[in-house]
Amino acid sequence: MAKALSGSEAVALAVKQANVDVVAAYPITPQTIIVERLAEYINNGELDAEYVPVESEHSALSECAAASMTGARVFTATASQGLALMHDMMYIAAGLRCPVVMAVANRALSAPINIHRDHSDIMGSRDSGWVQIFVENNQQAYDMTLEAFKLAEDHDILLPVTVNMDGFFVSHAVEGVETLDDSRAAGFLPPRKPLHYLDASKPMSFGALASPEWYYRIRHQVVEAMARVEQKLEEVEREYLRVSRRSYGALGLSQVENAEIVILCAGAVAGTARTAARRLRERGVKVGVVSVRLYRPFPAEKIIHAISNAEALLVIDLAMSPGAPSAPLGQDIKAALFDAGVRLPVWNVVCGLGGRDVSEAEIEKLATTLAESTTSTPRERITYWGVAV
Amino acid sequence: MSRAELGEILPGGAIAEPGSTAEFKTADWRSSKPVLMDLEKCTGCPLCWIFCPEPAIVRRADGKIEFDYYHCKGCGICAAECPLKLIVMVEEAGDGDG
Repeated sequence: MAKALSGSEAVALAVKQANVDVVAAYPITPQTIIVERLAEYINNGELDAEYVPVESEHSALSECAAASMTGARVFTATASQGLALMHDMMYIAAGLRCPVVMAVANRALSAPINIHRDHSDIMGSRDSGWVQIFVENNQQAYDMTLEAFKLAEDHDILLPVTVNMDGFFVSHAVEGVETLDDSRAAGFLPPRKPLHYLDASKPMSFGALASPEWYYRIRHQVVEAMARVEQKLEEVEREYLRVSRRSYGALGLSQVENAEIVILCAGAVAGTARTAARRLRERGVKVGVVSVRLYRPFPAEKIIHAISNAEALLVIDLAMSPGAPSAPLGQDIKAALFDAGVRLPVWNVVCGLGGRDVSEAEIEKLATTLAESTTSTPRERITYWGVAV
Repeated sequence: MSRAELGEILPGGAIAEPGSTAEFKTADWRSSKPVLMDLEKCTGCPLCWIFCPEPAIVRRADGKIEFDYYHCKGCGICAAECPLKLIVMVEEAGDGDG
């Protein structure tokens, strides 16, 4: 039976059922409820874990990386400036192959200060070597948190994973969430079996200085592990399907087969885009939607396959890359198209920053504008949509 | 370097063999090295051993000294401190670009 849970509560429940050993976190809106719930679970004796109330996000992730190296199952959560403060340690957790799972309730970065949803925070850390998953709703927040541990801790992967959910839109909104009972969750996710770990009876060194002939080779292991993630995620999803009857895939595809216009986006806005696409189809405009659920590694081949019948692409970014030719998702998609030798008009639209609403009507308008434009219509490479309201 | 050549790297560069830092040559960028010109005259006083900022002066069983060139950075302090001026700094044979 479905439980009424906010996205944050759904994540906290999944972390409890994952039976983590260590939680180290620092509160920050809109993530705070996740770690508040976990603190309650631990205080009530419902979860046997160490809760480390650290003095900053930098310390939180330092603690998580160190705990992970002892072989523990580790979780943290953050957002916005908190994630920015972790940036340093994100590279270390990835380079040392610590399978930490972190929920990010995506929020704008200062300045000006703003507590609302956009993807600026995680996009700033997209090169850190973390697997990055975007969820669209509370159900996915629950499911992907459980899957994230299984993926991260697999010995072929051993990479930290972020589960990104839109601040407030997912973290605070309450929806019905189907949950597993504890025994099913435990069956899907047995205790972590670490490959190497800190053990006084079998001393090992972690984090040694690497001279030039070593650094590149060791850091390149992250690239090699990333290359195995797509296939491993499929295996994890097949197992999760057996226990939950739910499965998502690296991409969420909606009516792309015969779409002339394909909208690509990540996070909760994908649901809005699907509704807009449905309305447009009622008016005869063939629109499909690709929800980019797995962002790192970037499923370029799957995207190229998904848009193979499209005539133009609308790429919606909820983050900026000032001075760059495109916003982050736009850059990735254009690179994928170029590598595949596919020449398609791509309209990269930045919107929804700092919690600005992205409505169905706006997406309809964007897709219609793109559909009505011709190759001779001059169009901006990137549009900062609706800056002044 | 030997393990790099073997290609054996654990995930994250973890090192399973304790104390392996001792194998790490920390001075292959040295531009000149100390040479003891007359072993017979060395009294084993041991000022060079005291002043060496690295553990790069080794005291032999007979009290005289020798150099650990794996760790000597070529700073020349030993040559400056030797009361009998028995240590001289000799330029390393470089690779031609100084």
